[in-house]
Amino acid sequence: MTDTPLFQYTLRLADTALILGHRLSEWVGHSPVIEEDLAFGNMGLDLIGQSRALYTYAGQIEGKGRDEDALAYLRDAGDYRNLLLVEQPNGDFANTMVRQLLYAAFAYPHFEALTRSKDEMLAAIAAKAAKEMAYHLRHAAEWTIRLGDGTEESHTRTQNALDELWPYVGELFEVDPVERALIEAGVAADPTALRATWDKTVDEVLADATLTRPRDGYMQSGGRTGRHSEHLGHILSELQFLQRAYPGATW
Amino acid sequence: MSDKNWPLWEVFIRTRNGLAHRHVGSVHAVDATMALHAARDTYTRRGEGLSVWVVPSNAITASDPADKDMMFEPTATKIYRHPTFYEIPDEVGHM
Repeated sequence: MTDTPLFQYTLRLADTALILGHRLSEWVGHSPVIEEDLAFGNMGLDLIGQSRALYTYAGQIEGKGRDEDALAYLRDAGDYRNLLLVEQPNGDFANTMVRQLLYAAFAYPHFEALTRSKDEMLAAIAAKAAKEMAYHLRHAAEWTIRLGDGTEESHTRTQNALDELWPYVGELFEVDPVERALIEAGVAADPTALRATWDKTVDEVLADATLTRPRDGYMQSGGRTGRHSEHLGHILSELQFLQRAYPGATW
Repeated sequence: MSDKNWPLWEVFIRTRNGLAHRHVGSVHAVDATMALHAARDTYTRRGEGLSVWVVPSNAITASDPADKDMMFEPTATKIYRHPTFYEIPDEVGHM
């Protein structure tokens, strides 16, 4: 029971949630206004909460005694299975909001679909996460509309962010043999079935925001097999430092 | 970021059904929708809320602190308005 598809799948969900949660936490103390500082903190904690539940479950599936901390703090970048989109740098405020929009527009219907999983634990975790992602989506959508349809500068920055992040959206809908097997077993949610929903959500926001949807060109891929952008190593060096330097430290 | 301050909004939260909305503080936000988000993120982080109102601060008409003698002092001597002069039989219990 080590590297089963269910373990892999749960780990992917957990890694994506943790890395995006960490990214959002980087805004704390740096946001343009205190209200948004709290919003980032709240959303970051939602995501880290999701990752904790998923890591704990992944550890149980694996059955080797690894707990949430072991999975989060003691694996190297090559063992991480998160989507490349969520490890991209925060950039400016527009960049973070567009990344949040692109991910939440996927994660919300994805977790909703996962509530119908035959795996009861995944279904239960998904039920909680879907509510959280619904708010993330609304928040990011409202901001994207205001930034895109705001000043010339905010429009330009938001469009640039969209253009930069677009090559990472293809990976959202990838299905590899691991996931295919679980979809057929009724355990995993099929991301390809969510494409139309995602397109509609994103297109509506972009239209309101007077932004131009980028053309689908070359799409980045590799998060599912541990081939990450250079950014993940930097994230982990900060996120894992304490447990690496002082193994088992608690406070 | 613009140097111009965003408008201020007063936040009211209803904690449980049957209770009234209570003023809890204020937030800055560009418009009503974002004010509602900011209020949710700022004031309902510990499960405080079932319903949130936001009101533009400049929509509130407030009494002038300089008028406080005229406005409020006259009631100080009218203690008979407090319902404290009734004998309540023990059998009534807690009211």
